[in-house]
Amino acid sequence: MMERILESMVQLFLLLVLAPMVTGAIRTLKARLQTRRGPGVFQPYRDLVKLFRKGMVIPDTASWIFAATPWIVFFSAILAGLMIPMVAADAPLGLFGGALAVIYLLGLGRFFLALSGLDTGSSFGGLGSSREMTISALAEPAMMLAIFTVAIGAGSTGLTEIAGAAIGQNWRFLAPAQMFAFAALALVLIAETGRIPVDNPATHLELTMIHEAMILEYSGPYLALVEWAASIKQLVMMTLLINCFWPVGLQHTWFGFGALIGIGWLLSKLLLLSSAIVLVETVNAKMRLFRVPELLAVAFTLGSLALVSTFLF
Amino acid sequence: MITVLFLSGILVWLVGAVASLALWKNPVAARRAACASALVGSLLDLAGSAAAIFSRSPALIDLPFGNPILSWSIRIDPLSAYFNVTLAVLAAAVSLYSFGYLREMEGRRNLGAFGFFLNLLLLSLALVFTASNVFFFLVAWEVMALSAFCLVSFEHEKEEARKAGVLFLVMSHAGTGLLLIAFLMLATAGGSLDFVGFHLLASSLPPLQQGAVFLLFLFGFGVKAGLVPVHIWLPEAHPVAPSNVSALMSGIVIKTGIYGMARVFFDFYGPPPLWMGTVVLALGVVSALLGVLYALMEHDLKRLLAWHSIENIGIILMGFGAALMFRSLGQPNLAALALIAGLYHTFNHATFKGLLFLGAGSVVQSTHTRNMEKMGGLIRLMPVTAICFLVGAVAISGLPPLNGFVSEWLTYQALLAGFGTTQSLTRLMFPIAGSLLALTAALAAACFVKAFAIPFLALPRSEQASEAREATPTMLAGMAVLAMGCVALGLGATWLVRVFDPVTQQTLGVSASSAMIAARGLALSPGTPHGGTISTLGIALIFAFAGAAFAIPLAWRWRRRSVKGPTWDCGLPGLTADNEYTATAFSKALRLIFSALYRPRREIQAEYEVSPYYPSAIRFESEIEPTFEKHLYEPLRQRVMAAARHMRAIQAGSINAYLAYIFITLILLLLFGVRP
Repeated sequence: MMERILESMVQLFLLLVLAPMVTGAIRTLKARLQTRRGPGVFQPYRDLVKLFRKGMVIPDTASWIFAATPWIVFFSAILAGLMIPMVAADAPLGLFGGALAVIYLLGLGRFFLALSGLDTGSSFGGLGSSREMTISALAEPAMMLAIFTVAIGAGSTGLTEIAGAAIGQNWRFLAPAQMFAFAALALVLIAETGRIPVDNPATHLELTMIHEAMILEYSGPYLALVEWAASIKQLVMMTLLINCFWPVGLQHTWFGFGALIGIGWLLSKLLLLSSAIVLVETVNAKMRLFRVPELLAVAFTLGSLALVSTFLF
Repeated sequence: MITVLFLSGILVWLVGAVASLALWKNPVAARRAACASALVGSLLDLAGSAAAIFSRSPALIDLPFGNPILSWSIRIDPLSAYFNVTLAVLAAAVSLYSFGYLREMEGRRNLGAFGFFLNLLLLSLALVFTASNVFFFLVAWEVMALSAFCLVSFEHEKEEARKAGVLFLVMSHAGTGLLLIAFLMLATAGGSLDFVGFHLLASSLPPLQQGAVFLLFLFGFGVKAGLVPVHIWLPEAHPVAPSNVSALMSGIVIKTGIYGMARVFFDFYGPPPLWMGTVVLALGVVSALLGVLYALMEHDLKRLLAWHSIENIGIILMGFGAALMFRSLGQPNLAALALIAGLYHTFNHATFKGLLFLGAGSVVQSTHTRNMEKMGGLIRLMPVTAICFLVGAVAISGLPPLNGFVSEWLTYQALLAGFGTTQSLTRLMFPIAGSLLALTAALAAACFVKAFAIPFLALPRSEQASEAREATPTMLAGMAVLAMGCVALGLGATWLVRVFDPVTQQTLGVSASSAMIAARGLALSPGTPHGGTISTLGIALIFAFAGAAFAIPLAWRWRRRSVKGPTWDCGLPGLTADNEYTATAFSKALRLIFSALYRPRREIQAEYEVSPYYPSAIRFESEIEPTFEKHLYEPLRQRVMAAARHMRAIQAGSINAYLAYIFITLILLLLFGVRP
């Protein structure tokens, strides 16, 4: 029991601290690739500190939903983060839920974020909410197929079991089913975390925005919470992708020297995945909104292929 | 004890029905008598059937006024008792709500008649779930259909209510016709009209007959349940009824179809051929997906909820279909898991859909419109209704930690486990059904963002909406009961799965709950060896702790630093309700993406004086094509009418001809009907 609490604390710390850094790293890498200097890896921390110190403007049309949303979004992202294997396959809160609970907790956050987008009465908020809910709904079947594929291999939707089954088979990701599922989940990751070519996290006040449109009216500490939660969600999705498919360096349990190795490997794999995201973001332009369903249809097809290949190979 | 409680519940409903009819001249007394008897009867029924679930042997009651063909025999086994508990919980909350809700009708409508039909409906529902004889069952079934018809078209001065009522009646009787054939086929084979004699009987029929009986039952009960493609009455009939009736219709009346299917599939049939489960699973997926897709396009609040009933019936049938497939594949434990998923969702749907319809009823009563586009901002004027509706919306979207999440999670687990049960290609059905369930759930979440946000949030979109008033205390109490039910069914999942042991023991011969309770009751597991776990209670506790420890103190501190300001209005002179996103706009993206299904049609007319760039007025009209009505039912209706025209030839009106018909029929019956 004590060990569980300790593990949860360590993972909570990692989630809170690493998440802005991953966002910062992606921005810096992207800037470098585009031969800009960029604001540096630690800029998101500075942004958060600044926002937490500021006052805030609450729209006079908004209800208590607007004030409750940042907390629900933040806590559900954290809770989802504690259910995934980060350092060791043994997720600290694995008992409270596996892959499905993670997806649905993130869904809970999204549900309230969409409500608060409509709560302000601004057209931008409604536009963002409508698009966010549409895209996430279309991403869901592909994600579920990919998760079913890995869950079938492990015989469980528990992430501890899924990651545990993957440990020791470091080349398993070369199996066709795994590769298809990985590709499907990678496309879903792009859609879910609002990256190019689906959404542009760097844009404000453009008619193409999705996530930013929903949170347009947030300011000060609440904006900080929402932004922090968004980066935690991104970290959760990335870690999920890494540790379910390519668990190199992942330990079975938490203790001893292994935990440090686990963290080291996690950091290097996150850097690798971030670089891949940066590459995708740099060589692609943002898609028209009505082309996104096609991208997600590709993800769904890949997911189906993954499933079919589980029993062909 | 069970017998006494159950029969006194029935008696209270009967007395309430007669009493409110007798008091019709005094609306206040009629309303009180109707609601009080409905409430007391429900509580008695609840006590009796809750005890019956765990009783060792089924309670048997033979009402003394029967005859050999029509024996009034009641048998309360765990399956019947489970559906009766669902009925009783929902009916108790609805009766509480009706105390306040019906007050508005006083003096304007005949509340005596309303109370009569309301109590009669509850009574017949309880008997449908417990009748143990074909004719008794069908009598209760018909009384239920007729009292539901009278309640649906209660506001009969409106044309849409009359039309919807007639459609409901026609569809319902077509379904009953199918049931009658199926029951008679079984009765012929078994030589008895008693349900006890039907146990496993259907499986002993020759294969062709077995399949026919199965399909007859599936569609016969499917009509009542709202299974696609025999669902078309549902989105017409549920919205036009008074809202407390809509809650009962969606919450429990359509569940009689589910009960019938459970009775037939798991009691009358032994392990069925594989195709039967496949058909049910596939129809479940189609119903779920089409239900939610059509719901997304609605901006009539109650029609939207009605379409969601079709979606949820689909989810329930996914559980049932998987259970049937596992049964044919020789996996009783997995079948128990899938059956529990379906039955759990049945109860959950009764609570959250009942809640949502009651909430919609309060909103409609105070804004006098069902059109969401004319609501808005109600969270300030109707705060308690808003919270209750939000609980229902979160629950129906399947989000943790409420009850919808638990039953959807169990359905996923059953589908996932299904992949390993067979080597044939059929196994691909399970994960594909699972991924389409994920799509359904995510679309439902999108739809309920709309259904909550458009009526309750932002600015009022019409004068009626800005003058809305909070519902009366009894109405709020009725909603609160169901909202607490949603929370309790979600958080208490590990305690509640025990309830299913008698049901699965009776139908499948296994008990699943001990394998499903993990970590000393903290977490729920599907009962498969490595299956994942969830703990809705744990999630809720962490949320509560984090909220109390961080959110409330910090929000309190930040209050001092926050100021109220206007929403960004792009520099226009102030934000008005005209700037708000509408329900139609919210679902526009999905309307375009799924345009192959919807075939949307829109018409824009702009009036301008000088140049088309400066319109003085714009009229916008948009509608989607009702596919089933147009391509399936309209041709069918035309055929039926054509056949009826031909039949007119023999209806000459001459008494001699009719006597001849009777004579010929008699001869034919004597020749073929009477066996030595």
